[in-house]
Amino acid sequence: MTKFVDNIPEGPLADKWTKYKADAKLVNPANRRNIDVIVIGTGLAGGAAAASLGEMGFNVKSFCFQDSPRRAHSIAAQGGINAAKNYQNDGDSTYRLFYDTVKGGDYRSREANVYRLAEVSANIIDQCVAQGVPFAREYGGLLDNRSFGGVQVQRTFYAKGQTGQQLLIGAYQALSRQISKGTVTMYNRHEMMEIVKIDGKARGIIARNLITGEVERHSAHAVVVASGGYSNVFFLSTNAMGSNCTAAWKSYKNGAHFANSCYVQIHPTCIPVTGDHQSKLTLMSESLRNDGRIWVPKKKEDSQAIAKGEKTALDIAEDDRDYYLERRYPAFGNLVPRDVASRAAKERCDAGFGVNKTGQAVFLDFSDAINRLGKDAVEARYGNLFQMYEKITAENPYEMPMKIYPAIHYTMGGVWVDYNLQTSVPGLFAAGEANFSDHGANRLGASALMQGLADGYFVLPYTISNYLADDIRTGAISTEHAEFEKAEKAVKDRLDFFMDNKGSKSVDYFHKKLGKVMWEKCGMARNKKGLEEAIEEIKAIREEFWKEVKVPGVQNSFNQELEKAGRVADFIELGDLMCRDALSREESCGGHFREEHQTTEGEALRNDEDYTYVAAWEYKGDNETPELHKEDLKFENIELKQRSYK
Amino acid sequence: MAGMNLTLKVWRQNGAEDKGRIVEYKMSDISPDMSFLEMIDVLNEELIQKGDDPIAFDHDCREGICGSCSMYINGEPHGPEDLITTCQLHMRSFKDGDTIYIEPWRAAAFPVIKDLVVDRTAFDAIIQVGGYVSVNTSGNTQDANALPIPKADADAAFDAATCIGCGACVATCKNSSAMLFTSAKISHLALLPQGKVEAQERALNMVEKMDELGFGNCTNTGDCEVQCPKGISLDNIALMNREFLGASLKSEK
Repeated sequence: MTKFVDNIPEGPLADKWTKYKADAKLVNPANRRNIDVIVIGTGLAGGAAAASLGEMGFNVKSFCFQDSPRRAHSIAAQGGINAAKNYQNDGDSTYRLFYDTVKGGDYRSREANVYRLAEVSANIIDQCVAQGVPFAREYGGLLDNRSFGGVQVQRTFYAKGQTGQQLLIGAYQALSRQISKGTVTMYNRHEMMEIVKIDGKARGIIARNLITGEVERHSAHAVVVASGGYSNVFFLSTNAMGSNCTAAWKSYKNGAHFANSCYVQIHPTCIPVTGDHQSKLTLMSESLRNDGRIWVPKKKEDSQAIAKGEKTALDIAEDDRDYYLERRYPAFGNLVPRDVASRAAKERCDAGFGVNKTGQAVFLDFSDAINRLGKDAVEARYGNLFQMYEKITAENPYEMPMKIYPAIHYTMGGVWVDYNLQTSVPGLFAAGEANFSDHGANRLGASALMQGLADGYFVLPYTISNYLADDIRTGAISTEHAEFEKAEKAVKDRLDFFMDNKGSKSVDYFHKKLGKVMWEKCGMARNKKGLEEAIEEIKAIREEFWKEVKVPGVQNSFNQELEKAGRVADFIELGDLMCRDALSREESCGGHFREEHQTTEGEALRNDEDYTYVAAWEYKGDNETPELHKEDLKFENIELKQRSYK
Repeated sequence: MAGMNLTLKVWRQNGAEDKGRIVEYKMSDISPDMSFLEMIDVLNEELIQKGDDPIAFDHDCREGICGSCSMYINGEPHGPEDLITTCQLHMRSFKDGDTIYIEPWRAAAFPVIKDLVVDRTAFDAIIQVGGYVSVNTSGNTQDANALPIPKADADAAFDAATCIGCGACVATCKNSSAMLFTSAKISHLALLPQGKVEAQERALNMVEKMDELGFGNCTNTGDCEVQCPKGISLDNIALMNREFLGASLKSEK
C-alpha cells in the first residue's frame, strides 16, 4: 500500500495556509517568462488559473474545446457562491463555513483543504467585485445574500439566477486581459487528447485542433487539468453536452490516482424527463428552495389523478398535501442538503406518489411565497428561472407548481491531489471539479463556484510557483522528444481506428446504453448485486463499442462525431471504475447510498470505523483490475457525527 | 398525440471554401416536447445510419446560457420565439406539415467553418482590447462592501452583463454590426465605479477593433434588440456612443 504524501503543512488548522505561503518557494519574475504552463479548461478554475499565472508572468497556454473560453460550463451555475463574509451578522465565520462544508460532505473530505477553501472565500468576493461582477445588491448599495441548502446562515452571494455566468465572465475578462498582453496564448476548439510525461514528470499534451483535425504537440513545465466533472457518464445530466472526462481520464491512465469516483451529486430540483429523445436535463436552481415548498399529495389516488391529467396541483386541498421535507426534517425543512432532498423525492415517488406520467416528479410550489412577498418580489428573485421553466415545459410556475425530479449534476470524485493540488504525477495539477479534494461525499450548494475560483485565483499561483522553482534551469521542453512522438502516435492510431472501423452503431447509441446502466445501478441508490451486474454490462458495452462504433466523415476536418467517440470511449472505462469504487465502499455517505447500509428511517448510514478514507485508484493496465489505495482521513478539529438535519 | 411531419431545408457547407447549398430532409413523428436541437439529433442519427455526414452545429449547455447555439431558423436568429436561444426552442412552436429553413449566422466577420458552425472569435478579439477592468487577481483588493453601489446601477450593469455572446445581434443586422454586443460590455463596466476609470479608453479601443474586424455600422434599425435572446437593450448603444464621443474628443489618436 502506498503511503500517501498529502503535503499538508504542520501546525494548527487555521495557520496552515499562512505558513504554507510564507514557506513556499518563488520564481523570480525574469525566470517566469521562460517557464511554460498548460491549462486545460477555461471554466472558473481553469480560466482563473490561466489568468492568474499569466498575470504573474508565466508563459501560459490555455486550451478549451468550445469556440470561446467564455462558454465553459461554469457559466450555467445559477444560484450563487458561498463566502464567509458574515455581512448579515448571523454568526458566520471561516470556521463555520469550514465546519458546514465538512459536515455537508458527510465527513469524507480533508480538513486542511476545506479550511483553506473557507479561508480564501472572502477574498473571492472582494476580487470579483473589483473585476466588476455585478452581484445582487440591497437598496443601501451593499451586497445581498441568500440562504442555501445545508446551512443556517445567509452567506451566498448571487447575481439573480446567473451567478455562474457573471463569475465566469469575470474570469474570462481577466483571461482576455492576459491574452491581450501576450502572457496567455489561447487555443479555442482544441481537445486535449493525451498527457506527455518525460522522466516521470508531466511535460506537455497532445491536442487536436477541432477545426482542421490536426494533431498538435504542446510542451510545458507543468500541466493543469481543470476540465470539470464527469456527470455525462450518465448520458443524461445537467452538464453541457460537451462536458467530458477525457483530460482527467488521461491523467489517470498516465499515473495520477483517481479518487472517490462513486461520489456523484444528484441535484433534487431538475425538470423531469419527457421522453427517449431527451438529450440533457435542465436544472432549476437550489435557491428556489428558499421560497418554494416541496410536496406530493398525501393520497395516492390524488397523485394518480394528477398523472392522468384529471386533476391539477390546485385541486389538492392544503390538508391533503404532504410537505415531506418539512415533515421529516423540521429544522432544515426544504433546505436540507441535496443528497437528502433527492433521496426523499425518490422515496415518495417509489412509494407511488409521483405527480406526472412517468411517476417521477414532485411539486415545487411558490404560492406561499407569492402570497407573502407578492409576485413582483418573487419575479425579482427568480424571474429568469421561471421563464426558463415555462419555455421548456409550457407551464406557468407563477400559477401552477413546478414539477421537479432529481438528476445527476456534479461529481465530487475526481483526480486525487495533495494539498498543493498536485496529482500523483509530478508537474500535473488538477483544479476545480476535476479534482476530488474539497467536497467529500456531497457538495453543498454554491460551493462549486467557490472552489473553482479559490483553486484558480488563490491556490495554484502559490503551489505551482513552489513546484516550478526547481525548474528554472530546465529550459524549454522540446516537442521532438521521443515521449511526444510516442504519445502522438497513440492518439493518431486511435483516431485512425475510429475512422476505419466499419461499425453499425452511432456513438450516441453506446453513450445512452452506458448512461442507462449507470443511472439504474450506480445512481441514486446502489447495491452489491446491481453494481456487480453493472460491471459485467459495462464490459459488454465496451467490447461492442470497439467492434461496432461507427464514425462518419473524415479525420482531418471538423468532425463532431469523432470528438464524441473519443470522449465516450473514456466514459465507458470510467463507468467501470465508478462501479468498482461504489462496490468497495460498504457504507452510505453523502451522494453514495448503498441500500444495504441505511438506518431504520432510511437515512444514510456511514461506517466511520472502516471507511474514513479517500479511495484512490491506480491504473494498472487496460485489462487489469485497478489497485485501491487508501488515504486515511484524520479529523483533528471536527468530531464525526451522524449527520442530522431533523 | 401523434408526432409532426416536417420538411427541413438545411444549409450544408463542407468547410469555409465550399460554396454551400440548401439540402432538404423529411422528418416524421416529431414530438412537440422535443427541443429543436433534439430534433436535429434525431435527424443526425438517421444520417449516420445511412452513412451520410451528420449536420454540424454548435451547441453545448442546452439551457440558454453558454451562447454556443447559433441557427438562423425561418429567417430569424434562434427561431420564432422571443427571448430564447435555439436550444430552448421546442417543437411545440411548430405545426404538422411545416417547412423549416435552417441556416448559419451570416456575417463577414463570422466565417462558416462547416454547415451551421461559424467562427465567432472576432467577439473574443473585441473583449481582448479592453472589455475588462484592469485589476490583478490577487484577492488583495478592498473589502467588497467598502464601496456601496446604488442598486439601480448594479441592476443596470447586470442587465447588460447578461449578454451571452451568441452573435444573434450581428446575424440579424443588415449591416452585420456588432454594436449591441460591444455596447453591452461597455455599459456593464461603465455603469460600475470599478469600470468607470477606463470607460472612455475602453469604448474607443473596442469600437476601433469592431470596425477593424469587418463588422458594419449601426443604422438604428433596432432588429438586434428584438432578436437578442437575453433582451439586451438598445440603450446600451446610446451609452456607448456617449463614452466613445467623450473619448474621441479627448483622444490624440
